[in-house]
Amino acid sequence: MGHQDVKFYQTGTFTVGNRLLPPEQRSVQSEIERTNSLNCGHRACQGCGEALGARYAIDAAMRATNNQLVAVNATGCLEVFSTPYPETSWQIPWIHSLFGNAAAVATGVAAAAKVRARKAGQQLPEVRVIAQGGDGGTTDIGFGCLSGMFERNDDVLYICYDNQAYMNTGVQRSSATPPAARTATTMPVGEHPGNDWGQGKNVPLIAMAHGIPYVATASVSDLRDLEYKVKKAMSMRGARYIHIFVPCPLGWGSASHDTIKLARLAKETGLFPVFEAEYGEVTNVSKIRQKQPVEAYLRLQRRFAHLFGKKPQVELIARFQAMADQNIHKFGLLGNDKAVVGFPDSEHK
Amino acid sequence: MLKQCEGSHAVAEAVALSRPEVICAYPISPQTHIVEGLGEMVKAGDIKNCEYINVESEFAAMSVAIGSSAAGARTYTATASQGLLFMVEAVYNASGLGLPIVMTVANRAIGAPINIWNDHSDSMSQRDCGWIQIFAETNQEAADLHIQAFKLAEELSLPVMVCMDGFILTHAYERVDIPTQEQVDKFLPPYSPRQVLDPAAPVSIGAMVGPEAFSEVRYLAHAKQMQALELIPKIASEFQEIFGRDSGGLVRPYMLEDAETVVIALGSVLGTIKDTIDEMRADGISIGVLGINSFRPFPVSAIRRALSHAKRIVVLEKSLAVGIGGIVATDVRMALDGLDKRIYTVVAGLGGRNITRSSLHRVFRMAMHDQLEALHFLDLEWSIVNKELDRERTTRRSGPIAENILRDLGQTKSNVG
Repeated sequence: MGHQDVKFYQTGTFTVGNRLLPPEQRSVQSEIERTNSLNCGHRACQGCGEALGARYAIDAAMRATNNQLVAVNATGCLEVFSTPYPETSWQIPWIHSLFGNAAAVATGVAAAAKVRARKAGQQLPEVRVIAQGGDGGTTDIGFGCLSGMFERNDDVLYICYDNQAYMNTGVQRSSATPPAARTATTMPVGEHPGNDWGQGKNVPLIAMAHGIPYVATASVSDLRDLEYKVKKAMSMRGARYIHIFVPCPLGWGSASHDTIKLARLAKETGLFPVFEAEYGEVTNVSKIRQKQPVEAYLRLQRRFAHLFGKKPQVELIARFQAMADQNIHKFGLLGNDKAVVGFPDSEHK
Repeated sequence: MLKQCEGSHAVAEAVALSRPEVICAYPISPQTHIVEGLGEMVKAGDIKNCEYINVESEFAAMSVAIGSSAAGARTYTATASQGLLFMVEAVYNASGLGLPIVMTVANRAIGAPINIWNDHSDSMSQRDCGWIQIFAETNQEAADLHIQAFKLAEELSLPVMVCMDGFILTHAYERVDIPTQEQVDKFLPPYSPRQVLDPAAPVSIGAMVGPEAFSEVRYLAHAKQMQALELIPKIASEFQEIFGRDSGGLVRPYMLEDAETVVIALGSVLGTIKDTIDEMRADGISIGVLGINSFRPFPVSAIRRALSHAKRIVVLEKSLAVGIGGIVATDVRMALDGLDKRIYTVVAGLGGRNITRSSLHRVFRMAMHDQLEALHFLDLEWSIVNKELDRERTTRRSGPIAENILRDLGQTKSNVG
């Protein structure tokens, strides 16, 4: 198939038209060999960021492993919408055990693969494992098992689809919910409406602190970058972690057609830094191309509507801006700045 | 080969001979020596093609076991007490998914108050979890049951819990005949899973099931346990053919045929009971004992058959269903439904309290003369209990019970001294 050797960016998106790229640079979306590991017919909501992220992540992992892949799924939206009895959307070996144990189940799958490889006289197992869960299953209830898997450096890629609350159970706060956000358990009432400030966990940084071979964040606004990171992760052995930002129209009170836009704004404001790290050190960041004010991101979501009423909460919006600016500084998201966070590990220098 | 060794060591050797492929270990007394032994054997290369994983909790131990078993590996772990309770969600999940994991439970009490010694509260708390539960009487039987457990689990695609009394068996040194690898290989074929995570033939395991099929799935779990009622004796006789030993089975009668009074119990206490019965028989008393080897599935017909001539039954159990009494006794009543027999429940040995022959003599004789209350707590120190009850009646802020009792005991002891 021929291609036009031109650069064409859609207005305001910075996304290059896939069909205009040389074949080797095209995303798997356009490929006839695409595995469609998460098949059509599942019951995700319109505009679900998690379904999109999972579809790209798993297909990329399938390509990277020559289709020798097993997926372990934590309880949550992805599990429920993909496998209501007697249907399944999964075209790959897939197991769901519990809410809080996906990382440990994946450790078991990896151990079995290792034993099988050894029995077959192979150095390394051919069958690879991905564990996946939402932010609740990762940063809260599954965190103990996740940290154990990291610490033992088990050969598992764990993917967290972060939509910033417990969406499957009806939008309750998790440790990944941003401050001020309305959830069913942090209602926008009282003197301090929405989620409290000064709480929450940064699991990508915590993962880095374990000194594991690879940690990355990615977003459904840049699927090519997401595929690249999954592919890279699958080229490595040991514990790896990818944290994917996946907007949730239902939980955030945003329009289904704004999922990609919101994901892009999260990155372009600096609220969600997109980066890679190896053995605790940041090795690459996706620079902000056109810095956006946090207001542009917050205004599109009803979970933040109470910040923009008749009397806008200027101070709180400024606090969000300060958070974004701090991320920009910490990760060196603008110009030639360098990241200043990390956990250097002399053993891997 | 005959060996003088610790019970835990015998079990570790039996598990090693069963060619496990994944072992997950988390320390909790009194099962630690088993996984320590296995860890050393894996590290030294004595167990080939086996992954030994030091996990961060019992919940992770069972979760890793779920993953490795679903991926086709013969999987083993061990736990006890609080550890079993910490993994409960995954314990139910393993049986719900039908994964043939074998787990030792080194029976130990459950806190609070924290107590590391033996009783059956831990595994009894999991009687409805869908696992097969078999109890060992001796260290020889504990070793043998582990080899049988892998076969049973894998034939049914159900997990099996081998229960052995913590410390009393796990830490006791006695003579055990450790089988040869050839014998075990002849008895136990390589694991051939019913379901496996295999990229060559993808399946979804653990999908959501709603009201339209949930009852059927649960019934099938029950049906499998009913199949185990036939499989357990069959496996025991296959075992006897190869190893020349009578180990396992559903129930174990002793001096039963003509016995008017029959004691029912599980685990190592059967030894003390048999000694007591020998002494009582010598005095011309018509008494026998029925050991229950398989607690889940509960061998209703075998028990009903074995007790057909008995006039009265004393269920002696190391567990307590708070608010009603016996756990095993309730199941025995179910097995004897419609038959005219007196059934006594004796709760004994909680938190490691010794069960002595003299106490057993007393309580069995009381039962024989129908002088025993329906629910009896063996060797309960009533003065301690009444003192605390009195304190609670008279003082609002009576304080923590366990601490009060320890203080009372200290006073008693110093008074004696």
